[in-house]
Formats: sequence, C-alpha cells, structure tokens
Amino acid sequence: MVNIQLNDALLVKEYVSGNEDALAKLIKRHESKIYGFIYSKIPDRDITNDIFQDTFIKVINTLKSNSYNEEGKFLPWVMRIAHNLIVDHFRKSKKMPLYRETEEFSIFSIMSDDSLSIENKIIADQVQIDIKKIIEELPADQKEVLIMRMYQDMSFKEISEITGVSINTALGRMRYALLNLRKVIDKHQIVLTT
Amino acid sequence: MAKLYSKRASALPLMKPKKEIVSFLLSYSKALTVLKIDNRCYEIVSN
Repeated sequence: MVNIQLNDALLVKEYVSGNEDALAKLIKRHESKIYGFIYSKIPDRDITNDIFQDTFIKVINTLKSNSYNEEGKFLPWVMRIAHNLIVDHFRKSKKMPLYRETEEFSIFSIMSDDSLSIENKIIADQVQIDIKKIIEELPADQKEVLIMRMYQDMSFKEISEITGVSINTALGRMRYALLNLRKVIDKHQIVLTT
Repeated sequence: MAKLYSKRASALPLMKPKKEIVSFLLSYSKALTVLKIDNRCYEIVSN
C-alpha cells in the first residue's frame, strides 16, 4: 500500500517535471476506481465519461501549474475533485432536469409547442373582435358591469362600490349581460371557437 | 473445510472510461503549457 502511494507521488513528480508518460501510467492505474466511483453516483455512461474527463482536466491543470501539494495522496485528491464535480452535476440537473429518450419514454411527449399557430391566432383575434362588437350591443348598465368584471378583473364588491348599486344588482346585471350575449350569439349563429 | 453450496459470484468487469477520453486527456496534457508570470497563471494550448 505504501509502495503504491510512493509510486503515485513519484509519478506525479515525474509528470510535473515534464514526463508525459507518467500521466498515462497514473490514469491507467486509477481509471477504473475513479470511473467506478463516478458511475456509482451517476449510473449513466455518457455523464460518467464527461465527469471523468473534467476531473482529469482539473488534475492536469493543477499539476501543470505546480499548485499540487498533496504528495502521496494522489488518488484521494482526484476522488475529491470527482466528488465535487458530481455535486456540481446534481446542482445543475436540479435546476435543469435531464430527460433521456428511451423505448418507453418519448422526448416529444414533454416537448410540445403550446403557442397558437398563425391560423389559430388569426381566428382567436377575430373571435375577440366579434365578442367586443356583441358587447357594444348590450344595454349600458350590463355592458359596464361585464367590462369591469371580465376585462378589468374587478370583484363584484368593487363594481358595486364604483357603480353605486348593491352587489346583488351588479350580479343580476352580469347575469343578464351573459344571457343577452348568448341570445345574440345563438340568433346570428356566431362561432366563437378557435 | 466446510463445503460451499453457493455459487461463486462472477467478478464484475472493471469499469473503464472510453479510450477516446483517455486519448483526449493525454493529448490535452501534451498540448497544455501553464506559465506563471507575476502570480498570474496563463494556460496555453497549442494545436
């Protein structure tokens, strides 16, 4: 055990002094332990490969910039880097969940465009214009209550206070406004659907 | 010695990264030069 640690320390020393083969030996010696460690936390080959790569990029950068000072503890140091990258991965995936396509799950089941098509948007705009025209035909008191309620999102209490009538009267005007709208729509057979 | 009746569990194959990953890391290492000038680190990656 002591011998392996010593060898790691020597290989690190050689690598820092410019022997690139030392890195190949270090990777070969520890690749399965590090890869297995990452895979035990994230059972996904692609992500594990990515994190393995990022781990060694950090290792290489640190060693080449002579910032490494943990002689004899190479593997625990690399494991700690891998662990930190795993934590980073989970933080990111929490914010942005990853969905993978499988036989049972199609990515298109959650990827859909809910926005209206150009044709449906034109129809929706036309429906709005038609509704406004019909509302204009309503008696003034009913039109006032309906606009306050539907377009200005006011409560019946607020409507009653502004118009100076009781809540029941405001409710009654709203009811008659809707009944009258329905009558006009039925009479002229207006289609108000997108 | 007691006889073992249970089957010996087959050893799991060692998990290893893709060869391309290791190859990339070795090439990256060869291409990377880190220069320290006035307490600042400069990373140079040659093509």
